[in-house]
Amino acid sequence: MKKLINDPDDVVDEMLDGMTAAYPDRLRRLPDTQVVVRDDAPVDGKVALVTGGGSGHEPTHAGYIGDGMLDGAAAGDVFSSPTADEFEALIGACDAGDGVLAIIKNYEGDVMNFETAIELAEMEGVEVESVVVNDDVAVEDSLYTSGRRGVCGTILVHKAAGAKAAQGADLSEVKRVAEKVIDNVGTMGTALTSCVTPEKGEPTFDLGDDEIELGIGIHGEPGTERTELMSADEITDALTETVLDDLDLDPGQEVLTVVNGMGGTPQMELFVVNRRLQELLGEHDLETWDAWVGDYMTSLDMMGASITVCAVDDELKELLGAPADTPALTTT
Amino acid sequence: MTDDGAAVVAAVEAVAERIEDERSYLTELDSAIGDADHGGNMARGWAAAADAARDLDEPDAQTVCKTVGKTLMAEVGGASGPLFGGSLVFASAELDGGVTPESAVAFAETYLEKVEDRGDARVGDQTVVDALTPAVHTFKKSIETDDRPPLEALAKAVDAAERGVAFTVPIRAKKGRASYLGWRSVGHQDPGATSVLYILEELLAVAADRLDAEIPDVDATSPTIPDEGEEAADATAPDPEDD
Repeated sequence: MKKLINDPDDVVDEMLDGMTAAYPDRLRRLPDTQVVVRDDAPVDGKVALVTGGGSGHEPTHAGYIGDGMLDGAAAGDVFSSPTADEFEALIGACDAGDGVLAIIKNYEGDVMNFETAIELAEMEGVEVESVVVNDDVAVEDSLYTSGRRGVCGTILVHKAAGAKAAQGADLSEVKRVAEKVIDNVGTMGTALTSCVTPEKGEPTFDLGDDEIELGIGIHGEPGTERTELMSADEITDALTETVLDDLDLDPGQEVLTVVNGMGGTPQMELFVVNRRLQELLGEHDLETWDAWVGDYMTSLDMMGASITVCAVDDELKELLGAPADTPALTTT
Repeated sequence: MTDDGAAVVAAVEAVAERIEDERSYLTELDSAIGDADHGGNMARGWAAAADAARDLDEPDAQTVCKTVGKTLMAEVGGASGPLFGGSLVFASAELDGGVTPESAVAFAETYLEKVEDRGDARVGDQTVVDALTPAVHTFKKSIETDDRPPLEALAKAVDAAERGVAFTVPIRAKKGRASYLGWRSVGHQDPGATSVLYILEELLAVAADRLDAEIPDVDATSPTIPDEGEEAADATAPDPEDD
């Protein structure tokens, strides 16, 4: 597979250097780590928002660092959690004394490493709260698994909680907003192709020319169901219906939707999906307050998309629509 | 270096060597139910931990444990980093006054508590907890209730861990990556629990070596039978000095 990669072992390191070089007055990398923070971190008088996870999901995570969103993010190796000491360095660099909210996607490695770091930071006197995002409706939340995964809905948590923190709200209020988004958001994704990890250099799973995976995560893992290729509208219906079943919204509810590309999908196709998504919401008597289309939470070069629906009230509309200025997302 | 500190450094070196020896086996166990990185990650982490422990200047036991924990946390990655390393950092505080039977029990209990909390796992979930819990409980009872010599208590803990590892085979994973396999996880030995056993076996070997004693033979005793078996247990677990 042809790739713009020098050496798989250096890819995250080189990406982070390239990213901070692209935004030298906004982003800063902590020396000897894979942690990126706002250039002006720690920001006085504000709760700090931090996150992190495996690399390969760009612009997640560091792309959302900036005014109105994150203060910093730790990047792990491709599809691997950052280690606890990196999370600890991240928390330490972003805390300005008003507390830190850690936004964790529900993957065991991420959760355990972040929680270990939080406990260590607390021993140093830092006030830290955390939320775990688990918006992937494809996975059954049961006693017998580690639960639903955190996927594209995480961006909305960054946005709403980030806006709340920017308003000067205290840690418990910022956390409440983050949890409100988590309680009201659902996501379901599909893969038309597998992604190619730098390490392996070939597709993670085999998918026939006439097959797709439904219910994928963001690490190139197989989905919950493999079916024959369907039309864009049929795929959109399958994803959306699963999300709406899970959210169980009342007619007339206002929603924010996200059609998210997995990294290798042309915008043209994402808009085709969005067209059908909006039709379908109308058929369900749901009202679209805002519709986002783009690559927000990717899986390297995977072709495919995820659909996120988030029920919004006045508070969430104000926060999700509030100004943000980051490399990957700007709202005015 | 304190005697305790030197003993812990020796133990860490022994663990690093053992994990390296078992690296492919651990990876083989993990490839059946997980992502086939347990052997490599643990071997890399323990090798770095042994280096870090050797580099310490005159350390006490607490400092060695804390350094090893921090190194594992930074080098092992995934869930095993916080489980094996993070828990060690927190438990090391119990060794503040050196290694005594009492502080060793406190250390073991804190370690178990941290692993349980971090992984949100309990006995029967097919995880490290299945080996660690019987080992820690057996160690505590042997010291506090049965008043056994520390080396014998440790030998009993190893025996209990061995039974715990065997217990992971017929049960279904409820935590960890294996849990996504559902019923397909049944019939597989948990790699993390297996690593716990190797670590405890090396602790026992190093402890026996430093006491210049034979490893007590406790194989025939059940680690979980309550107190009324006191005399019978004594008969089947002779003090090594009697040999």
